[in-house]
Amino acid sequence: MNRSTHRASNKMRFRLLRASLVRRRSRVLVELLAVAIGASTMFCLATLALDVPSQLEQELRGLGANLLVSPESELDSALLQETQALIPADALVAQAAFRYETIRINSQPYLAVGTDISSATTIKGFWDMDGEWPSRLGEALVGRDVADWIGLRVGQRIILEGADLDHQLPVTVSGIFAAGGNEDALVVLNEADLASLTGRSDVFDVAEYSIALGGDQLSALADHINANVPGVVASPVQRMASSEAQVLAMLRSLLVLVSVIVLTLTVIGISTTMMAVVTERRVEIALRMALGASNKAIQREFILEAVVLGVLGGTLGVVLGFALANLVSQQVFTQSARFNGWFGLVCVVAAMVLAWGASRHPVSRAAAIDPALVLREE
Amino acid sequence: MNDMNNVTIDRDSKGQALAVHLDKVTKAYGDLKALDALDLDVKSGQWVSIVGPSGSGKTTCMNLIGCMDRPTSGVVEISGLNLATMNENELTRVRREQIGLVFQKFHLIGHLSALENVMLAQYYHSIPDESEALEALGRVGLASRATHRPSQLSGGEQQRVAIARALINQPPLILADEPTGNLDAANAAAVLDLFSQLHAQGTTLIVVTHDPVVAAQGEREVVLDHGALVRDLSLR
Repeated sequence: MNRSTHRASNKMRFRLLRASLVRRRSRVLVELLAVAIGASTMFCLATLALDVPSQLEQELRGLGANLLVSPESELDSALLQETQALIPADALVAQAAFRYETIRINSQPYLAVGTDISSATTIKGFWDMDGEWPSRLGEALVGRDVADWIGLRVGQRIILEGADLDHQLPVTVSGIFAAGGNEDALVVLNEADLASLTGRSDVFDVAEYSIALGGDQLSALADHINANVPGVVASPVQRMASSEAQVLAMLRSLLVLVSVIVLTLTVIGISTTMMAVVTERRVEIALRMALGASNKAIQREFILEAVVLGVLGGTLGVVLGFALANLVSQQVFTQSARFNGWFGLVCVVAAMVLAWGASRHPVSRAAAIDPALVLREE
Repeated sequence: MNDMNNVTIDRDSKGQALAVHLDKVTKAYGDLKALDALDLDVKSGQWVSIVGPSGSGKTTCMNLIGCMDRPTSGVVEISGLNLATMNENELTRVRREQIGLVFQKFHLIGHLSALENVMLAQYYHSIPDESEALEALGRVGLASRATHRPSQLSGGEQQRVAIARALINQPPLILADEPTGNLDAANAAAVLDLFSQLHAQGTTLIVVTHDPVVAAQGEREVVLDHGALVRDLSLR
C-alpha cells in the first residue's frame, strides 16, 4: 500500500469514526455516560482518598497536642528552639509551652498556667469557651471547676496572689473554659502576668506540639529529639496518636473498599453497555463483512471507536469527578480539593483500557458471526 | 493459498468463460439437504434469474456463490477460483474483489450518508475515492442525494444506493437477493433498468427472485426445488 492509498484509507477511517460518534448521538451519549460515570466516581474517590486523610489529620490535630516535651531540669526558650528545629515545618500544626505555678485567690491555692496566649489558642482550640481568650495583659481564663468553686463570671475582676502572698495582680476574667478533665481546675494567664506573680520568667514545665504525623512517624520524631536535644524528654501522647492512626487506617480501608466496589460496578456497567451497543450493531458488522471487511478490520474499527469513547468519557469523568470531590471537600472540610494531574491521567488511561477491554469480547464475538445468517434474519 | 491474479478461467463446452461453476454441490444441515448435488454454470456476462418456492435452496445457493458459506461437498468456483481450498481471509478477498451484493432490505448503514455507504465498499476493496463514489451515485440517478442518510431516502432510492455500492468496485459478478422485494412497481422498474445497463456493460448478474416479472428480465431462468435444479430455461 503506497502513501497516498494509506492516506486515503486513514481519511476514510477517520470519516467513518466521526460519522459513528457524531451521528449516533443518543447511543454514543449512553456509551459516553457509562464511561464518564465510572471515571468520575473513580477520580472523585481517588481525590478524596488522597485528600481526606490529610484533611482529617489536620482536623484531628485541632483536638490537642500529640507530642509532649518536658525538661530533665529546666526548659527555656533556647531548648525549645533547638527542639522545634527538628520538627518538620510542614507537619507542625501548633505548639505552645506552658509553665505551671501555684497561685492564690482569696488565699486559697490554685494551679495557674502561664503561656503565650496566641499559641495556646491554637493548640487548645478544642476547649469549650464561654467568653474570650485573654487578648491583653491583665486578663485571665479560668477553668469551669475554678469558676464554680469561687462563683466567677465572665468580666468579673479578681485579685491573684503569688504562692508566698508577696505579689498581687488584679485580672479580669475574659472567659471560662471547659476541657472536660483536670485542666478545668486551671487558671490560664499570659506568661508575663504569671512571671509578675512568681518573679520567674523564660522557664517552662512542658511544651506541647500538635504535629501532623502518624503513630510510627511521631514515635520516630520523638526518638530523634531525645537523641539530639540533651536535657529534654519527648514523648508522643500514645492514646491520641494510636486513635488517630486507627481512624485514618479505617478511613483508608473504607475508601479502598468502596473504590474496589465502584471499580467492579464500573467494569460491569461499561461491559454491559458496550455489549448492548455491539449487539445492536450486529447487522452493520455483518454488512461490513459481506462487503469484504476482514474479521481483524471489523475488530480494529470497533475497538478504535471504543478507545476514543474511553478517552472522551474518561476526560469528562475526571472533570465531573473533580467537581464532585471539590463539592464534598468544601461541604465537609470547608476546603477545596486538590487536583492531582497524575490521577487524572491514570483515570483517563484506565477508562480507555476499560472501554477497550469491555468491547474486545463482544466485538470479537460479533466479528465471528455468519454474515449471511444475520443479514437474512433482518 | 490461491493466487487470485493468476487463475485458470473455466470455460463451457463452447469455450466461453464461466463466471460461476457449481459441480455436484451439496449443502446439508444435519439430515436436511438444502442443495443436493447441484450443477450450475453461469457464463461471464450472463443474466441468470434463480427462482423457486421457499426452501428450494435459492438462498443457500446465493450464499455459496457469494462466499458467505461453504458446501458440504462438491466444487464451487468463482471466476476460476476454487472456493473449497480457501481459508476465511481468502474467501473474504474473493467476496471483496469479485462480487457485488444487493439485498432485499438494502442494508445501508443508517449513520452514514449515501455517499459514505458507497465509499465503504471502496474502503474495504482498495482506495476510497469520493469522486468515483459520486459518479456511481450519478449512474443510479442519486448524485444530488449524496449527503442524505438512508432515513431521508425512499425505499427505491435506498436500493439504488445499494446498487451503486455493489457496482463501485466494478465486480465481474453481481448477486441480488430479491432486489425488488421491498419496492413498488415504479422503483422496481428503475432497479431493473439499472440491472439492464450493467448487463449491457458485460457484468454477470445472478438474481434470486419470487417475482416472475423480475425473473423474465434475465436471459436465463433457473428453477430450483428441494435443492435440485428442476428447469433451466433460456429466455432469449
